[in-house]
Amino acid sequence: MWRDALVVAGKDLRIEGRAKVALNQVGPYALVVLLLFGFAFDEDRPLLVQAAPGLFWVAVLFSAVLAVQRSFSLETSDGAIDGLRLSRLEPAGIFLGKVAAVALQLLVLQALLVMGVVVLFHSRLSGGALLALTALASTVGLATAGVVYAAVSMSLRARETLLPLLLAPVLAPIVLAATEAWRSALRLSNADGWRWVGLLACFAAIYAAGGTLCFGTLMEEQ
Amino acid sequence: MDLAVRLRSAVVLAGHYPLLAGADLDVDAGEILVVRGPNGAGKTSLLRALAGLLPLSAGEATVLGLDPSANARQLRPLIGLLGHRNGLYEDLDALQNVRFAAAAARRPRPEAGEALERLGLSGRTICLPVGTLSAGQRRRVALANLLVRQPRLWLLDEPHAGLDVEHRVLLDDLLAEACQAGATVVLASHEERDWGPLAPREVAMSGGTVIDGLLGPVPSIAPSEVPSVA
Repeated sequence: MWRDALVVAGKDLRIEGRAKVALNQVGPYALVVLLLFGFAFDEDRPLLVQAAPGLFWVAVLFSAVLAVQRSFSLETSDGAIDGLRLSRLEPAGIFLGKVAAVALQLLVLQALLVMGVVVLFHSRLSGGALLALTALASTVGLATAGVVYAAVSMSLRARETLLPLLLAPVLAPIVLAATEAWRSALRLSNADGWRWVGLLACFAAIYAAGGTLCFGTLMEEQ
Repeated sequence: MDLAVRLRSAVVLAGHYPLLAGADLDVDAGEILVVRGPNGAGKTSLLRALAGLLPLSAGEATVLGLDPSANARQLRPLIGLLGHRNGLYEDLDALQNVRFAAAAARRPRPEAGEALERLGLSGRTICLPVGTLSAGQRRRVALANLLVRQPRLWLLDEPHAGLDVEHRVLLDDLLAEACQAGATVVLASHEERDWGPLAPREVAMSGGTVIDGLLGPVPSIAPSEVPSVA
């Protein structure tokens, strides 16, 4: 399973290395979203600082939807999904490989967006460990849930518009929990940020386990 | 001789519409069988059902001695399917595509280069993104993907589409070699050509059923539906 995951992740990352869709399209899109938030709240600078974690995670949510959609359009655009289904790759390995590739792209994107938040919103970074672990747990949650729902929607007509509709409510808890954890790390609230990280880790573990077990069945529904 | 494929009264439904409406088919192991018929006759559905990608709603299927539904995990790696689409990753180059197919089939990586070379692809061409190649070159990369998997059953849907004369002959040679090595080939086509030298037996499809043993031109193919031969 792990070898298969490496094969699939390597393929997806090699494609990204060539096409640079995340770098040249998703990244700039997320930065533009941050910029627009900045314009919208520019009159009220303290409010912008307070809202920065939420705005950051909303931008990450939008990017995650695009990254997951892209990950599956690679498989469906020329019928490569049939090759995967006929291969010796274990479905769980395919799932974990897709998750790893999406998660890695999201982590790079978040590093870019953190710089955007500091520059555009004048946020001061603090609580490094809490920030980093929140980002990691949230990213795994976004990627696992995103890949599961992308597989569900793969056979549906109008999946390009349906997937964001399916994903938004499912990923909302991640955005809320990650926002609260970051607010705590940035000393914008007195809540215990580590409790939110625990919740994020549970969410990620549940979707990782569910996806690993069910991905074969989801691929059969094409 | 053992049967590689045995279908009896196979029915495949898309909603309430029958893609296969009681198809019966026998294919001997090591045989090359051409399935002919007009657009919409059910050729593609037949191939996908044999690969286990379309479940039967009724009837029986045995492919390489296995039930395509119940034994999908064991059967599928033994099958090479080339559909209308090539199943390639357009941003990867030809070599990367075939290397991935080799890795997914647990075959050694060096076989990827050999497979491409066998299909007449080498040098700079195999380092270009597949999306920049011609339709015929992409088809050959897709065939290299199949070759590297070394399937026991080749299911080919219009495999000659887009190939020039030289590479059509090359493909025929490749299929003949695969059969000599023990593989079985089921090839769907609506091309008007003499299949005799490649495939001793042809069957026709119409309305989701197989008309076994029908030889010669298939009736009711409108000229506009016959693809031009490159």
